[in-house]
Amino acid sequence: MKRIQTLDTREMTSAQGGCGECQTSCQSACKTSCGVANQKCEHKD
Amino acid sequence: MIHQYKLNGYNIVLDVYSGSIHVVDEVAYDMIALYENTPHEEIIRLMLEKYADREDVTDADLRQCLEDIEELKNSGRLFTQDKFAGIAFDFKKRSNVIKALCLHVAHTCNLNCQYCFASQGKYHGDRALMSFEVGKRALDFLVENSGKRVNLEVDFFGGEPLMNWDVVKRLVAYARSIEKEKGKNFRFTLTTNGVLVDDDVIEFANREMSNVVMSIDGRKEVHDRLRKDYAGRGSYDTIIPKFQKFAKARGDKSYYVRGTYTHNNIDFTNDLFHLADLGFTELSMEPVVCAPTDPYALTEEDKPELYRQYEILAEDMLRREREGKPITFYHYMIDLKHGPCIYKRISGCGAGTEYMAVTPWGDLYPCHQFVGDEKYLMGNIWDGVTNKDLRDRFKLTNVYARRDCDNCWARLYCSGGCAANAYHATGDITGTYEYGCDLFRKRMECAIMMEAARGLGDTAEKNPEEK
Repeated sequence: MKRIQTLDTREMTSAQGGCGECQTSCQSACKTSCGVANQKCEHKD
Repeated sequence: MIHQYKLNGYNIVLDVYSGSIHVVDEVAYDMIALYENTPHEEIIRLMLEKYADREDVTDADLRQCLEDIEELKNSGRLFTQDKFAGIAFDFKKRSNVIKALCLHVAHTCNLNCQYCFASQGKYHGDRALMSFEVGKRALDFLVENSGKRVNLEVDFFGGEPLMNWDVVKRLVAYARSIEKEKGKNFRFTLTTNGVLVDDDVIEFANREMSNVVMSIDGRKEVHDRLRKDYAGRGSYDTIIPKFQKFAKARGDKSYYVRGTYTHNNIDFTNDLFHLADLGFTELSMEPVVCAPTDPYALTEEDKPELYRQYEILAEDMLRREREGKPITFYHYMIDLKHGPCIYKRISGCGAGTEYMAVTPWGDLYPCHQFVGDEKYLMGNIWDGVTNKDLRDRFKLTNVYARRDCDNCWARLYCSGGCAANAYHATGDITGTYEYGCDLFRKRMECAIMMEAARGLGDTAEKNPEEK
């Protein structure tokens, strides 16, 4: 596409995920806010 | 829902429910903004009029762009509708598995920081140290309630946890002695002010702690203004050499230097750059959380400058990457390809459900920020969660329970935000702390812009005309 470039992103689907093995949001460096975007997926097939 | 914004020379279109991110030129940017509400022939007319001086903007070219937009829409990468609300509803039936504990091993502190949400570690109560027996029971409680979860997280928190260091070491040894038999993997975090860091702490933490959080606010005058000892002396000179040694010894193991900025230092990027100059590369800086009447509370008037600071930081980080000397900013870490699944994105922070705080005497609270507020006492590590109504309320503190989040483009990046901040700002754990939301959205815009720059292989500095 000439005027549009799309970045490679993970597809958001309810068919995958939910294992709960990833880090708890507040268990890292924040402790006074919340964000999940910086959490790595730890799902193992 | 889409979100469009311009930053650092990039025109970015974010499709909220697919997570797709498009970097577009200004013509496509304008057309996407009009696409859903304007007849397409009218869009072409408006574009030809607006870009009359551009040779590359022709009728045929604009029609092709409309087709491209339509193709993205048809393939579920633009203008997608919310398809996750039904999953959020099911969170009422969320399991009672617990996978993370914040162990308050010391409700006391050797610093007297003015802005401390834990009121100098006492959490509005008495000074106390957690005994080994209470900590051991907390670890057993975690294992017993963790279901099939393998990765269990324990944060040694305070107050200042190094004031109870021997117990911390014994608890780690105990956890290691049972994890294989129980099929678990403990991940420990130590959050410290640095005063008591010594070679023993460094050696042990580097062997056993997955992560270390080192509290420094930045420049000496900024740090010392609020992070003082009980004699009123700033702690900067004491802690900096210790933390430098600690960070260097971490090698490839995780650590963060974590600061708090306030109204006193809204030019907080200078504090982050100061930390980088000291040799720290893994950085975090949080806006202060306090009563609006506190003299150091952030104000509405501060906000435009804070936004500008986040932009300065993002651009400077790209520059450092170009020069081969990158730094990490916790809130700009975003993995577009391998980031969190949709369940994580909508389920909230886990406070009061899979994450709880344990006081030195074994009481359970939804998280460290609720400790000391008796209305939020959930139970204890011997009897488990006895206030089940409270747990059920926390099960629903996800992004779909917060009406204020309905129209927010960042809802799948923050998962609804911090329940404690919401409670302190609105009196309701399903409210929203709007000031924090505004800063969060700005951080996400910066983080995504940086990913756009990296994704396009375009970390070269934009020329001023493009900005």
